[in-house]
Amino acid sequence: MNVSRRGFLKISGAVVATSGLGISLKPIAAHAQPLKIKYAKETTTVCPYCSVGCSIIVSVRDGKVVNTEGDPDSPINRGSLCSKGGSIYQMAVNENRLGKPLYRAPFATAWKEVEWEWALDKIAKNVKKSRDISFKKTNANGEVVNRTEGIASVGSAAMDLEECFTYQKFLRGLGLVYIEHQARI
Amino acid sequence: MTNHWNDFKNSDVILIMGSNPASNHPVAFKWIQEAIDKRGAKLICVDPRFTQSAAKAHLYAPLRSGTDIAFLGGMIKFILDKNLIHHEYVVSYTNASFLVNPAFKMPGENKGVFSGLVSGKYEKDTWSYQTDAEGVIKKDKTLQDPNCVFQLMKKHYSRYNTKLVSRITGTPEDKLLEVYKIYGSTGKPDKAGVELYAMGWTQHTVGVQNIRTMCIIQLLLGNMGIAGGGVAAMRGESNVQGSTDHGLLFHIWPGYLGAPTASLKTLKDFNEKRTPKTKEKDSLNWWKNTPKYSASFLRSMYGTNLTIDDAYQIMPKLDDGGNYSWLTIFDQMYKGKFTGFFAWGMNPACSGAHSNKTRQAMTKLDWMVNVNLFDNETGSFWRGPGMDPTKIKTEVFMLPAASSIEKEGSIANSSRLMQWRYKAINPVGQSKPDGDIMSELYFKVRDLYAAQGGPLAEAITKLTWPYGKKVGHEFHYEPRTVAKEINGYFLEDKKLENPTKKGEFKEFKKGDLVPTFAWLQADGSTSSGCWVYCGSVSEKANLAMRRVSKDNSNIGLYSEWAWCWPINRRIIYNGASVDTQGNPWDPKRAVIKWDGEKWTGDVPDGVGNPGSGRPPFIMKPDGVASLYGPGLVDGPFSEHYEPMECPVEKNIMSPQKNNPVIKRFDASGVGSDMDVYSGVASCDPRFPFIGTTYRVSEHWQTGVLTRWCPWLAEMQPGMFVEMSQELAKERGIVNGDKCIVKSARGEVEATAIVTPRFKPFNIDGNTIHEVGIPWHYGWITTADRKYEPNDKKPEVHTFGDAANILTSTIGDANTMIPESKAFMVNVAKKGVK
Repeated sequence: MNVSRRGFLKISGAVVATSGLGISLKPIAAHAQPLKIKYAKETTTVCPYCSVGCSIIVSVRDGKVVNTEGDPDSPINRGSLCSKGGSIYQMAVNENRLGKPLYRAPFATAWKEVEWEWALDKIAKNVKKSRDISFKKTNANGEVVNRTEGIASVGSAAMDLEECFTYQKFLRGLGLVYIEHQARI
Repeated sequence: MTNHWNDFKNSDVILIMGSNPASNHPVAFKWIQEAIDKRGAKLICVDPRFTQSAAKAHLYAPLRSGTDIAFLGGMIKFILDKNLIHHEYVVSYTNASFLVNPAFKMPGENKGVFSGLVSGKYEKDTWSYQTDAEGVIKKDKTLQDPNCVFQLMKKHYSRYNTKLVSRITGTPEDKLLEVYKIYGSTGKPDKAGVELYAMGWTQHTVGVQNIRTMCIIQLLLGNMGIAGGGVAAMRGESNVQGSTDHGLLFHIWPGYLGAPTASLKTLKDFNEKRTPKTKEKDSLNWWKNTPKYSASFLRSMYGTNLTIDDAYQIMPKLDDGGNYSWLTIFDQMYKGKFTGFFAWGMNPACSGAHSNKTRQAMTKLDWMVNVNLFDNETGSFWRGPGMDPTKIKTEVFMLPAASSIEKEGSIANSSRLMQWRYKAINPVGQSKPDGDIMSELYFKVRDLYAAQGGPLAEAITKLTWPYGKKVGHEFHYEPRTVAKEINGYFLEDKKLENPTKKGEFKEFKKGDLVPTFAWLQADGSTSSGCWVYCGSVSEKANLAMRRVSKDNSNIGLYSEWAWCWPINRRIIYNGASVDTQGNPWDPKRAVIKWDGEKWTGDVPDGVGNPGSGRPPFIMKPDGVASLYGPGLVDGPFSEHYEPMECPVEKNIMSPQKNNPVIKRFDASGVGSDMDVYSGVASCDPRFPFIGTTYRVSEHWQTGVLTRWCPWLAEMQPGMFVEMSQELAKERGIVNGDKCIVKSARGEVEATAIVTPRFKPFNIDGNTIHEVGIPWHYGWITTADRKYEPNDKKPEVHTFGDAANILTSTIGDANTMIPESKAFMVNVAKKGVK
């Protein structure tokens, strides 16, 4: 059945206020939104894109995101969002999200799906090997430097503050000095 | 940002230069519009292209990419010539009166460079201040001494006359004067002007000096610290302020503590060398607290597993003068110096300048870990254009990360505002929060070192990691616990005198959260991951979760909406918003106010009681803001230099064409065979047009997330090259033609967008064209690449590869941020030579 939006609202009984001149759009607009998020659990988030920091309300029903919209309480965006912020629904509801760790062996021509445990075990061994062969206790002047010269890291402004702190702890604990991220470019 | 987004509404004049907020920070424009609608504010936009922001402006002035210092230098001259400065502010709150070493020479009298240039580096002896017998800086508060900062500045910028500036920038003289006049009007104590910049200013070989020139203007006009004022660095990522705060850069530990170098052998050496000292008697010199922050940070790394001295010892050190930044990383990688590489939440194959070099560099690795939400050009580099996987040894792990609504934690926006995000749904598929991934990886590495040993194994095994718990094989990271670690807590029972109230004591128990960074200790009795965030979590609440949307100020501070660093101060340097007696320069827009007993309004910054004589810029050792900035590597004042790749033979200002202290990767023994620049010594007819990069509203960064979102991909489906009608005519290109844009380093295909938004520049009598390309694209989401059966296939394909294929490996002299905003290209219709 091909039903237009207005037709759908009629069928669903949402249109109650009509006038002699036609349908008043006001009650429809007011009603359409609650309909969408009925029985949904709401949480707030902050947009992951630019640095304005707009608040967004995420509505979830049965573990699925059913709606995202600007948060009117935020003094920064007062409910507004731009095209990107308005689309974060698609970041969660997106068939193309990576769902499993992927592995590409040396000289392989394709990805292979692997288990987390296997991937992390192998990465940990790689980290140890690279660190052990490149760890320098002293530099050319004989000064103590305690650093791992054979591993570099870039990222990540895309993480939360807590994760950024933890990530730098992990990297500096490993002895890395080649630590950079988005702020440099 | 010194101020915050809502504060734009308090401005009288808003200058958009080096940014395009209407496209790239669209919601912020709400507050710009409010200033226009409610205050009658004037909006000025200066940009090579007539942008969406320009379309909203009262005044638009074009300028050639890479000539901002000339443009702004002319404004400094105008402001000084017409005496538009806020005199009392300049005398009391800046170093205008400081006397400089008479041996100091400036570019106008020294062949285009400052004194002290020795083999591509400045020796700064002549940049020093004159001091008296006690070491106190000599001053002339009348600003008349020929060696005082004010007179030197006047002399230096006197060379930037409007005629000359116009010849360099291509901005018509009348437009220059109009901009100068309107912006210069904010020097009155009851007027406020703000400047909004982004990558348009940073991505240049003179990036830092671009911003410094504006800071000089803001200080001359008394616009720093006041409502509606400031310099707004509009960040491009939701948490890039926060990731910088937390030290994810080679040169800083969390909280902007400079990373230690090898010559600083002990924590004592580090503290002695890195703690600024001053002889200025009224200066608070806040960085004198450095030892408290370094000790507390070391505790957050190793807790009490090591003494703070041993923790310092064990931490990695840089070589003195060593550079480990982005361009160096990919240069070293290309030369095979790394075996391992993490690209965590980042897509360097598209985001780094000179993508071809970056992508080739990855083929030299033994292994790479790429953590992201979608397949991307970095993780899949081995199967990208021109790559033969059967010849590439790199082992690659692509780990799926949870999105921002699938976990909880906080982020800091451009105005240092820390806002909490809640988990809405479980992570998609088997993806995990980044915190879980790194924790599990840490435990595996730690276990390997615990079992097998290795060089300095205790650096890893003794790290503290009390951030959650293990359930089966999986570690569940708890961001709320980490937030407390970042804030900081006491490691032992302690009775301390209140740092702000003499004679008042407070008792703390081991484990108590530290109330603010003023209470942190240098003896190892406190731990704090990042001192600037100390105060964000109290015993009662995580303040980033606050949601009081009512404003108790009349200037839109919204002090109880979330929390911002430092100590919830919404406008930094606000001590400069009042005169030396504590009276707001503009009572109608008071940021702080003395009520007879205490300050009210925003959290005051730096001010003592009214009349105390304390200068308000407490993060500077001498307490005042720097019109003269000897801390930078490329000069205490800004000077116009041409971009590395440029369309002019000579620098019209001086015999020195480029910034004399930039690191050239094309020099022998520095970079590699791939580091080539065009048009350096003289113009290169193969690449006659200026190229620049920018963003569109619908995509974010390399498009690593947004290209996979069909609504967005549909709205902005692919790479384009925007050019003037004049250039299109000259090249026989019509709107919609497929074109090839080429630089000395590579080429990209793009759809021609022919608009009047670009106009040819008249540069010293020559017609110069500039073209622009967006940088959001990459081959992974295109239709014409090969898709394996298991590959994710976008619902809406995009078109074109990365703009950074064209950009070069030349960086700013201070920061090494690549010059992606001004480089030379050719544009031709596809198939036409």
